[in-house]
Amino acid sequence: MACTTEDVVAALRRCAEVISEHRDELVELDREIGDADHGENLNRGFAAVVSAVDSTMPETPGAALKLAATTLISKVGGAAGPLYGTAFLRAATTVGDAAELDAPMVAKVLRAAMDGVVARGKAEQGDKTMVDALHPAVLAAESATEVPVGELLKAAATAASEGAAATVPLVARKGRASYLGERSAGHLDPGARSTELLLGAFAGGQR
Amino acid sequence: MTVGIVLVSHSAALAEGLAELAGQMAPDVRIVPAGGLVDEQGAGLGTDYDAVCAAVARADSGEGVLLLYDLGSARMTAELAVESLAGAQRAFVADAPFVEGAVAAAVAAQSGAELARVATAAAAANAGEESAAGEEPAEREPGAERASGAVRRAEFVLTNEVGLHARPAALFARTVAGLAAEVEVVCGDQRAAGDSVLALMALGAVKGSRIEVSASGADAAEALRRIGDLVDRDFAE
Repeated sequence: MACTTEDVVAALRRCAEVISEHRDELVELDREIGDADHGENLNRGFAAVVSAVDSTMPETPGAALKLAATTLISKVGGAAGPLYGTAFLRAATTVGDAAELDAPMVAKVLRAAMDGVVARGKAEQGDKTMVDALHPAVLAAESATEVPVGELLKAAATAASEGAAATVPLVARKGRASYLGERSAGHLDPGARSTELLLGAFAGGQR
Repeated sequence: MTVGIVLVSHSAALAEGLAELAGQMAPDVRIVPAGGLVDEQGAGLGTDYDAVCAAVARADSGEGVLLLYDLGSARMTAELAVESLAGAQRAFVADAPFVEGAVAAAVAAQSGAELARVATAAAAANAGEESAAGEEPAEREPGAERASGAVRRAEFVLTNEVGLHARPAALFARTVAGLAAEVEVVCGDQRAAGDSVLALMALGAVKGSRIEVSASGADAAEALRRIGDLVDRDFAE
């Protein structure tokens, strides 16, 4: 029931698949209120993550998360690189050398990842960013530490979906969309959408 | 050896153009552009973490590095690069306007200022005309000025073609920055600190303008002599 290295690596592969499937959707969302590079950048980043785990199988969940972090930081290019990179880096630090991650640890990892994103991007809840998907996901995970990791992740992913959907009416206060002011309202935030997709990918195969 | 400067931009052309512009006023400063992102599809827009790290290493000649950024994610990439150095190189991300901050930082670095002061010069460019022409970030010992006696003044009429435009202003600031003197320049109802290139440019002094220069401190007389020499030589135009 706990999350092993194999589970983390499988989840990273699912992330790459999901991002690849939704590449055009993310590009389009970002074209509406940003610079249209989010789908392409993330797709490139997660494709590189898959190449990285193909060439060296990480030995611990922490090592897998760290490999994802450094690869995303190097390969993504847009804001998502430093943001998701920092999220995975903080997750890796929180995990340490643990061989398996239980539900309370996964909740801690999500909290640390969100704190990393907040520290890096200086966004708060309601700014129309990935934080709006991450924050409810963390709260959901923290109230689901008594259940198997798979269920915790599903709860987090569901909360992230709701959080992402709730970004639609918001006016962006961070990132490229903030230059649009009121005109950013009425659009789904691409960063919140990709966070929703990634958490969904993590929840996808985990028991 | 001076503080180095790294220009982090989404665009290679923007970073390179700014490096050229800032470098014109600071020939001895290592100004390294880190713009754009190269991937399988060729060169495009984006910030390249590895390129920023490499640029910091190239810009550092032992005196530290100041990084400036254009937009949001460039800032994050710059901060991430500085954090990852973990003290291997002294580096700092300036919260400053990209173009004006880079020019101000380059001129400060050229004058031999240390990293903290170069960063302050860049950040001061943020405050706009009012404070750029007013107070300067430098905090010198208050005692030194009083001990060295009175304020000296001189008036000059600019005879060079472009007045206190970018290059002459940079020459002026550089001349002053190396001396133990507080220099202030008044032109009409505007005043500027003599070691701030942006403030000097903001005076709007053109050919034929009369400027009043006041100097205090141990090198006050030398400062006025050198400024007079610059004006006489039409800023070596």
